[in-house]
Amino acid sequence: MFRIDFNKLRFLVCDDNPHMRRILRTLLHSFGAREVYEAEDGATALEMYSHYVPDIVIADWAMPIFDGLELAQMIRQPDSKGNPYAPIIMLTGHSEKRRITMARDAGVTEFLAKPISAKGLYLRIMSVVAHPRPFIKTKNYFGPDRRRNTTVAYIGPERRNGGEAEILQQPSLMDKARVTS
Amino acid sequence: MRSSLEKFKMSRDKALAPKIEAFADHHVITPHNTLRSAIRRTTDRELDDPVARAEQALAGLSGEFKTWMRSECDRLSAAYAAIVEHGFSAKARDELFRSAHDIKGDALTFGFPTAGAAAESLCRIIDHAPDLEQVPPDLLRHHVEAIQAIVREHNTIEKAGVATELSRRLRAVADDYLMLVNKDRPDHLDAIAAPSLVPGD
Repeated sequence: MFRIDFNKLRFLVCDDNPHMRRILRTLLHSFGAREVYEAEDGATALEMYSHYVPDIVIADWAMPIFDGLELAQMIRQPDSKGNPYAPIIMLTGHSEKRRITMARDAGVTEFLAKPISAKGLYLRIMSVVAHPRPFIKTKNYFGPDRRRNTTVAYIGPERRNGGEAEILQQPSLMDKARVTS
Repeated sequence: MRSSLEKFKMSRDKALAPKIEAFADHHVITPHNTLRSAIRRTTDRELDDPVARAEQALAGLSGEFKTWMRSECDRLSAAYAAIVEHGFSAKARDELFRSAHDIKGDALTFGFPTAGAAAESLCRIIDHAPDLEQVPPDLLRHHVEAIQAIVREHNTIEKAGVATELSRRLRAVADDYLMLVNKDRPDHLDAIAAPSLVPGD
């Protein structure tokens, strides 16, 4: 069995809602975290990110000045002086496929939909600490590997060439079953 | 001649540098996992449960949830009042959306699930209506007033099932409206009809 020593991790929580910040702070302190920094908008969060160099960022999507998506894009600058690799957990009320795809393509590491739960947050943190994914850099993407499945035979849109998504033609499972039967 | 300190720094920097594999059209970068030191192995006998401890701490905050929910409603009312008075500027639209969106996200945690459902319906209108100035004023007003009523009269109407019925009907009316005004916008129609994709835990 594995556990996380939260007292060895530094968190940056970014949410414009003071109630949600209080809940997140309470949960993280209860897990054992000592260093939890808070920002109420994307601009302040970016400044604190450079100053405190957090291990993990937990950000809301909808925020004033610039939002959580823009914050993720600014952190994920491969040539920046700061750390572009810190895990970003997006905690948001959005749960539509379109939004999840946008967050993933902005370089968000994990997505946690509200309502928040202690278990959900713990599992996301465990995931980014214990199972970090490599980063992929293409012409138009820099962020955690979007292919979570580690099998060699990838079936899906080919995005790594940096151009328009190309669909690799693969036989469907039904076709494969017909051939082998 | 390099000093031993310089050599140590160089070897440390090399060890911490990300491993980069170059391919024709992309790079695979494996950063040094600095968080690995936070993982420790435990025995099955360890009784400490951080999730249970956090849930208990969250329960300790629950006495404040009603007050917090009321302040969220006040924020929504103020955002709506600004729109009634001055119309839909980008700033006013964002504030209305963010206040409804926060209620949608927080309401279940705070013990007001039906207020969250009504707030979600309001968010969908703001997100998918092609022109907010053309949205029937009553549709927006009924959403804002319903959320306020559900929170204010929580002990009476929530128990009687009225709140559930109210938010269900609001969602039905809002969806009918959105389907109608987006009939020529297939991407919005798909998004309106799509189910939520995110699992609970």
